[in-house]
Amino acid sequence: MSSIKERQEEIIEEFSMFDDWMQRYEYMIELGKSLPIIDEKYKIEENIIKGCQSKVWVYAEMDDDEVSYTADSDAIITKGIIAILIRVFSGQKPEDIINADTSFIDEIGLKEHLSPTRANGLVSMIKQMKMYAIAYNSQQNKA
Amino acid sequence: MTNTSEQLLDIEKIRKDFPILHREINGKPLVYFDNAATSQTPKQVIDCIVDYYETKNANIHRGVHSLSQIATDAYEAAREKVRAHFNAEHSHEIILTSGTTHSINLVANGYASILKPEDEILVSAMEHHSNIVPWQILCQKTGATLKVIPMSHKGELEMETYKGLINENTKLVFVNHVSNALGTINPIKEIIEIAHDVGAKVLIDGAQSAPHIKADVQALDVDYYTVSAHKICGPTGVGMLYGKEDLLNMLPPYQGGGEMIAEVTFEKTTYAGLPHKFEAGTPNISGGIAFGAALDYMNSIGFDAIAAYEMELLKYATSELQKIEGVTIYGTSPEHKTAVLSFNIENLHPYDIGTLLDKMGIAVRTGHHCAQPIMEFYKIPGTVRASFAFYNTKEEIDAFITALKKAKSMLL
Repeated sequence: MSSIKERQEEIIEEFSMFDDWMQRYEYMIELGKSLPIIDEKYKIEENIIKGCQSKVWVYAEMDDDEVSYTADSDAIITKGIIAILIRVFSGQKPEDIINADTSFIDEIGLKEHLSPTRANGLVSMIKQMKMYAIAYNSQQNKA
Repeated sequence: MTNTSEQLLDIEKIRKDFPILHREINGKPLVYFDNAATSQTPKQVIDCIVDYYETKNANIHRGVHSLSQIATDAYEAAREKVRAHFNAEHSHEIILTSGTTHSINLVANGYASILKPEDEILVSAMEHHSNIVPWQILCQKTGATLKVIPMSHKGELEMETYKGLINENTKLVFVNHVSNALGTINPIKEIIEIAHDVGAKVLIDGAQSAPHIKADVQALDVDYYTVSAHKICGPTGVGMLYGKEDLLNMLPPYQGGGEMIAEVTFEKTTYAGLPHKFEAGTPNISGGIAFGAALDYMNSIGFDAIAAYEMELLKYATSELQKIEGVTIYGTSPEHKTAVLSFNIENLHPYDIGTLLDKMGIAVRTGHHCAQPIMEFYKIPGTVRASFAFYNTKEEIDAFITALKKAKSMLL
């Protein structure tokens, strides 16, 4: 199992193969389309993050000390970024998720999508992913 | 562009007035189609702001020194330009505010001490949130009831229902002159007449109409009319509340502070007369003066020519857009609206379209346009909105259509 850092570097390398924005976005759109859609039973009001621009659903479960995320969005580019974030964070330990940074998004040229003023739900989604990790971490510590 | 529209406006000359139109975005020439959010600023207005700080800057209405007088004169001259433009009877009926939102809140706040629980207020279904929320707050404060004038699928107000809703308990009616999300031009003259028949007062939000239509507040017999300067080539942070003299006098002051008083003791303060009663504190002086310069600029081009030219752009863009498969345009036909195209492409999210257009240098607005009730009506998450101004061109529309086709092929 590769670490968060290793997965981020893998993604940076993948994106470095693209010559222009169009190839980058075509790849993101492809990722968005291939993201396993969140189970309908989790696509509920409780798990929704409403951005001004797009909606995001996110849900997490704990499995063998690792957090596994599932998420969805109504916009495909947002979904592509979600796919990348899930690839980085899913299957990691709560503590590692809490301490991880997301600056690799800048390096792959998608910084604008993580701007809090963009209102696409992604910034809140990352917060929510970390909140799940914090919750599971405190559960573990109690146990 | 056809010969007729070339004759309407000297576009090449006009575009030279706007420095920002010559910059690039993401390596592509900027195509600015977000004019309904804010218009661009011509050199004449920018120069006016620079000139103010270089030669006139002083606080107004209070200094005996010459510079203060120069600044005051320039500010009051701007108020007079605004009065003349909207044909108000008196310049003290023009309150210079920070913009439409401020203007609406000023009136809503004033009515909090006037309305009674049995009173009703009517608001149209196609309002911007800024013309909904202040009235909801007003209703919470006073116990009055907020009722909604519905709209049809075409994006037009249902006038028969309006006539049924209005009654002697109706005290206020709020409608935008032009819808920001759809561009619909509302029949405000008729709306005002019907309201006046039962003694209700009418506030018209002119934020979206001002760039396209020169409103005559006396001919309309409108009670309150609001405008933001930044939508008509002026700076941000300044706007107008027009109100009939007696209706402004009736409202209590909105904010306390300097400049709005006649006399202050710790026991009692008497307020200044109009317009100063509503202009507490140091205003946006350079902005106010530049608001006047923006109106001068727009009038030098001429609103009739602007409207005719924008109509040609809108018709051309509408017919080109309709050629793209899967496009739905929201709102009414070009003849009944300003130069706004609010649309979606089947199975595509507005956010995705807007993001890809931006990569190609095209600035459009996406989302609910601060008009969530309209999106709820159409059961959509939002739209893509391309809004045109008199400095846009047919060539830019071609670039937009090409980019839109490209975005569609990438996303599908």
